[in-house]
Amino acid sequence: MCWLSPLRSPLTIRRNPLDYRENYNWRPEVIEDIIKQSETGGVLLTGMGNDKSYRIYWDHLVLNASQVTNPSIDPLREPMELTTYLGQKPDRVEFESGSLCLKTELAPQVKLEVPVMFSAMSYGAVSLNVQESLARAATEMGTLWNTGEGGLHPKLYKYGDNTIVQVASGRFGVHHEYLDVARVVEIKIGQGAKPGIGGHLPGEKVGAEVSSTRMIPKGTDALSPAPQHDIYSIEDLAQLVYALKEATNYTKPVAVKIAAVHNSAAIASGMVRAGADIIVLDGLRGSTGAAPKIIRDNVGIPIELALASVDDRLRQEGIRNQASVVIAGGIRNSGDVAKAIALGADAIYIGTAALIALGCTTCQQCHTGKCAWGICTTDPWLTKRVNPDIGARRLSNLLRGWSLELKDILGGMGINALESLRGNRLHLRGVGLTDTELEILGVRMAGS
Amino acid sequence: MKEAVIIDAKGIFYRELNAKLRKAVSNGTQKIELRNLYGQRYIGTDLAKPVEIEIFGTPGNDLGAFMDGPRIIVHGNAQDGCGNTMNNGEIIIHGHAGDILGLSARGGKIFVREDVGYRAGIHMKEYQDKRPMVVIGGTAQDFLGEYMAGGVLILLGLNLKEGESHKANFIGTGMHGGIIYMRGDVQEFQLGREVGAAELDENDHLVLKKLVGEFAYHFGYDAEEILKHKFIKLFPLYLRPYGRLYAY
Repeated sequence: MCWLSPLRSPLTIRRNPLDYRENYNWRPEVIEDIIKQSETGGVLLTGMGNDKSYRIYWDHLVLNASQVTNPSIDPLREPMELTTYLGQKPDRVEFESGSLCLKTELAPQVKLEVPVMFSAMSYGAVSLNVQESLARAATEMGTLWNTGEGGLHPKLYKYGDNTIVQVASGRFGVHHEYLDVARVVEIKIGQGAKPGIGGHLPGEKVGAEVSSTRMIPKGTDALSPAPQHDIYSIEDLAQLVYALKEATNYTKPVAVKIAAVHNSAAIASGMVRAGADIIVLDGLRGSTGAAPKIIRDNVGIPIELALASVDDRLRQEGIRNQASVVIAGGIRNSGDVAKAIALGADAIYIGTAALIALGCTTCQQCHTGKCAWGICTTDPWLTKRVNPDIGARRLSNLLRGWSLELKDILGGMGINALESLRGNRLHLRGVGLTDTELEILGVRMAGS
Repeated sequence: MKEAVIIDAKGIFYRELNAKLRKAVSNGTQKIELRNLYGQRYIGTDLAKPVEIEIFGTPGNDLGAFMDGPRIIVHGNAQDGCGNTMNNGEIIIHGHAGDILGLSARGGKIFVREDVGYRAGIHMKEYQDKRPMVVIGGTAQDFLGEYMAGGVLILLGLNLKEGESHKANFIGTGMHGGIIYMRGDVQEFQLGREVGAAELDENDHLVLKKLVGEFAYHFGYDAEEILKHKFIKLFPLYLRPYGRLYAY
């Protein structure tokens, strides 16, 4: 609070006396939530990712660079490789004798020019213009976008080679052609913003177009149950993984996405053993178009810790090569990407960062369906505010900028391929972390 | 007359077996006879053609998962996940079926002569001209028609003894679309909270007559005899059972 002396200034500035009293425990947000619930008796909904002050580990990790003893590389003049292949890698490779032809039969691989993909955002949660922007940018930049669980609009089939289609508990819009057109099929078990929780797309959002891609009648609620009712165990997960491999004749990798929770490492091991070619971890800060606020803000673990422990566990068990690891949940810039790769990730999903590129102001009103920027809504008067020509260009620009920065980071370290940074935690040091945190992250304290 | 291709499935892993089926179908085969099937999974998946597959033995889990077109006849029992996310086609089982029969199916027909396991018809849906239809000759375990969002589920209870009622509890829990017809006794406490019960109207009788007629035709019953018995209709009380959960 600040009172300016009337002797020195004609103005008196003071806090509005009707404002909530300053209180570290009973903050305005807490008070307003209670008022809202006492009026409605309902579950508080919110959008975007967890905005609470949990430690952001990326901000406590620093990257290495070469000085004197090992020369850095200038990415402007020397080739730098960001190419990433997602998919199961063999335990060993054999060549035809006397030639460089591979004898080993490889599992299906997906080539990414940049290790940053667009996270699952369903049509219904976001608008078709947003999805088109994502699909076109992914195609242009040689990466992938993800349909989420709302089916695939026929207009976007032509971007199939750069599309991950999702199979979630509601199985909305999942049919033969949908699986056929995709590059990767992703089974969604969980989401960082709402681990263990299903989804309800309210009937108001199910207009003619959303109805046709989800393949449900107009105006009906789309209820995604919390569990997939054919998956109650790792064995059941294996059954669905292989059902989808059968349904696509083993031509595309099958990913499995979970929310990062306490026992993620053990689950990840099970997922790999269940035949997942790609495992996706979505952390505490993962976003959503709508989730119960209390779940978003209190359930799950930070992605940095989940990634480190999952990568460790898969290495210890000697199965790290059997699946690629993709992480999601609050990745903000190429620095976060580089740190994630060094911690062990193969690729990164961005959701919020991509939406910010399209004009999102992170106002957390996604669940209302009235996004003023035309992003998280299906109202045609609002959705027209996103122009896919401009949207695709802005997203491509973002990925291009990050690629250049990643190359700078690599060059500075004196390495010329992202593959050399992958899982190389010696390139990371911790700042302001406890011994336990350093141990879980598998990085040393800065200065040591 | 369709010439049947005979495949002996004994000792063949499902992946190899399904590859054989794919090959046969791509060669234009319209009828396949599978003999000595011992639990091989995913039969009928990825065969988007109207081929007829007759199975002698026991197909494994996920029979007809993601199926889009074929007609499958099983002379034996089916396991769990039969008709999982089916889009189109027909499955006729001369025996029992396991859990989650027709999970999330969007279209097609499933006929089971005997009993089924838990959660049959769970989250079936419908869309435009697609409407999944499941007819079960015997009885079912708990959570029949759970989360149902569309389609028709018929439980005939033909193997119930005089005065014996269906044992399933939580029937239609979370149901928000579609319709369940039950023949045989069921008490109110066995129904989910979101389900109402009513007498049949004229339209219901037409639906029943058609589907029970097909059932009787497949398994050699007298449809009229079955239809003489009293049926009840279960329907969702609310189209949006979870519409008032949230505070905006």
